[in-house]
Amino acid sequence: MTIYFRKRQIVLPGEVLAEGNRIKPGEGTFKEANKILSAVVGLAEVKGDTVFVVPLEGVYIPRPGDVVIGKIVNVKLTSWDVDILAPYLATLNPVNALGKQFDPIKNDLRRIYDVGDIIVAKILAFDRTQPPILTTKERGLGKLQGGRLVRMMPTRIPRLIGRRGSMINMIKKRTGCQIVIGQNGLIWISGKNIEDEELVVRAIRQIEREAHTSGLTDRIRALIYRNGKKEEDLNEH
Amino acid sequence: MSIKNYSQEELFKDGVRIDGRGANELRPIKLEVGVLSRADGSAYIEQGNNKILVAVYGPRELHPKHLARPDAAILQCVYRMATFSVDERKSPAPSRRELELSKVIRGALAPAIFLKNFPRSTIDVYIQVLQADGGTRCASITAASLALADAGVPMRDLVAACAVGKVNGTLVLDPNDVEDKLGEADMPLALMPRKKLITLLQMDGRMSKEEFLEACRMAINGCMEIYKLQRQALIKRYMVIREEYEGGEEEDA
Amino acid sequence: MKEERRRMHDVLSEIERRFIVSLASKERRVDGRMLKEMRPVTIETGLIKKAEGSAKVSLGETKVIAGVKAELGSPFPDEPNKGVITCNAELIPLASPVFEVGPPQEDAIELARVVDRGIRESEMINLEKLCVIPGEKVWVLFVDLYILDDNGNLFDASSYAAVAALLTTKIPEVEVNGDNVVIQDERMLLPIDEVPVSITFSRVGGRLFLDPTIDEEKAMDCRFTIVTDKEDNVVAVQKSGDGILSERDISEALEVAIEKGREIREKHFYPILKSREAEAHG
Repeated sequence: MTIYFRKRQIVLPGEVLAEGNRIKPGEGTFKEANKILSAVVGLAEVKGDTVFVVPLEGVYIPRPGDVVIGKIVNVKLTSWDVDILAPYLATLNPVNALGKQFDPIKNDLRRIYDVGDIIVAKILAFDRTQPPILTTKERGLGKLQGGRLVRMMPTRIPRLIGRRGSMINMIKKRTGCQIVIGQNGLIWISGKNIEDEELVVRAIRQIEREAHTSGLTDRIRALIYRNGKKEEDLNEH
Repeated sequence: MSIKNYSQEELFKDGVRIDGRGANELRPIKLEVGVLSRADGSAYIEQGNNKILVAVYGPRELHPKHLARPDAAILQCVYRMATFSVDERKSPAPSRRELELSKVIRGALAPAIFLKNFPRSTIDVYIQVLQADGGTRCASITAASLALADAGVPMRDLVAACAVGKVNGTLVLDPNDVEDKLGEADMPLALMPRKKLITLLQMDGRMSKEEFLEACRMAINGCMEIYKLQRQALIKRYMVIREEYEGGEEEDA
Repeated sequence: MKEERRRMHDVLSEIERRFIVSLASKERRVDGRMLKEMRPVTIETGLIKKAEGSAKVSLGETKVIAGVKAELGSPFPDEPNKGVITCNAELIPLASPVFEVGPPQEDAIELARVVDRGIRESEMINLEKLCVIPGEKVWVLFVDLYILDDNGNLFDASSYAAVAALLTTKIPEVEVNGDNVVIQDERMLLPIDEVPVSITFSRVGGRLFLDPTIDEEKAMDCRFTIVTDKEDNVVAVQKSGDGILSERDISEALEVAIEKGREIREKHFYPILKSREAEAHG
């Protein structure tokens, strides 16, 4: 196959990325005859015989298995509507929240999650024929309280997480903050004080802005270490 | 406040148009991407005295639900002109012209978008003309294409648009308001540049068969020039940030 | 239909609401401002050449553009010797996920009327000087506001845009020959007597926030706008929304509105007034 882009080149919709007989179109691309083209603005990459584009912009498209943070916007008789900042409103059914049968006459769904509540959930299912179905039954899922919410472009979330969680774990450790990341671009932060939380927010904003540059990990590490707590202070608590 | 009445002769004399351009010259174009904070994607264009702002929302949930298509997103385009965008104040209510333009602009953008990727949703394109000086539908399409890319909407290609007019018997590229109103013909065209697939083509006035084909050729070339500017505008924001940290080694697209 | 979209976007989560209120108890806000601190304001005038006057205001990320168009028309029968000024506001869908296509609804109408009230009641423009033929022909000024980006506090941003546009509006000089009005080529600035400044608060968790952001507006009980003139007189007031205000809120807001009103007038409108004078004498 012939590759027409340089490493980390920014590509645009309609640009020809590669040509060949056995190449496959990955995320953010499409195929025409034996050419792979970009469908979005992003960074082009090749892995094996698949060419894909990591988008720099775009709304969150639900994927089964993703952990997302959502807001309850409607409590219906037998289910909740959850806004997960996607083109589709998600549904949470009581059987996936309670783990047992739900009786609408005896129980009020509002007692579990009410309008305005923020939940961490996992996407159980999503396809073109139905809205995303969520679950909060697993460990680590459920209602969030206190702390603060920060929005980040969903396309930059992988950068915030880092390879195998390296970036986010570094930030968590040095700031002592609890951080829950939703693939859909919502992040929940809870720390012992405002300064720690604000440091996390600063890091998020910088990562969002510079996601497509190199050397970012070092710069964020410098930001966190300059302002974060020492190991000893954290262990005191 | 109305415009001066030029004669056909005055409109094109000794190879020069009333704004000093040659027959095959575009007006100065300025493009900016990502100018609004709440829209999913946005772009701003100045083309000559045209000033147009475009916002894209979506893909997002469609209300009312019965308008949704089960197999694809719908594309909704709204083209509106500000009351103060023209010489005589325009009523804020949409005119029939604005409604027609909304529809043909949608037709110009839809073929480029992978609508089937987002069933039951809507992609909304809002075009606000702040100042109009001829060729607003083309400038709107050029900017809307960038706003769609800025919103991350997957597309087969960008869409570039350009018009050709006819003054004093001569075909002129990118006519301004005076040339539009007083000229003998106006032909807007939009295309997807990679394969030169035409997505908008309208004409009003009178052209011979040869003139019409020549005008198409001129418009297509004009679109290809505009396409270069679109690419630069999209890449610019990212390159500026990259250069801060990597010292500008990257080549222009 | 729009109710669903509005509900999604206007419902602020409990976490966000509590966060805003808890920060406020420490006299701080989410964007780092103090409770009585305004976001940066920039005003650009004369950007729309086809309009007789225009201004674009950025208040933080909120962006509003105002255009002034002038036409000769008939005066109101009960004020035959005065020019006419009329304000309209459009909350266009470009500016926010919750604005819809269509004619102005109650929010847009309220906004336009409050902006109008500040300009009219302060007697900013000497309408008598806009009379051309008494009882028959006067200048009619259309002030049209378009919201381009809603990040909160549309009232102040719109008011500043309308005022700045009017301060820089130029209308043609006219010559009256009996019944005939001849429009000249020369242009003149509008006759300005006052400069009203609008200052808006949101009441959140019992506290007044100056210049609210969109999230602070979603968390608010109600909105409170005070418009003052150069002499610190109150020329327009609007409590907007379903909540309540205490007497203490009112006196607190008044103090701040006068102080901040002066600051805004000095920083943004006096320079415009100065260049008007320079032009008149230049």
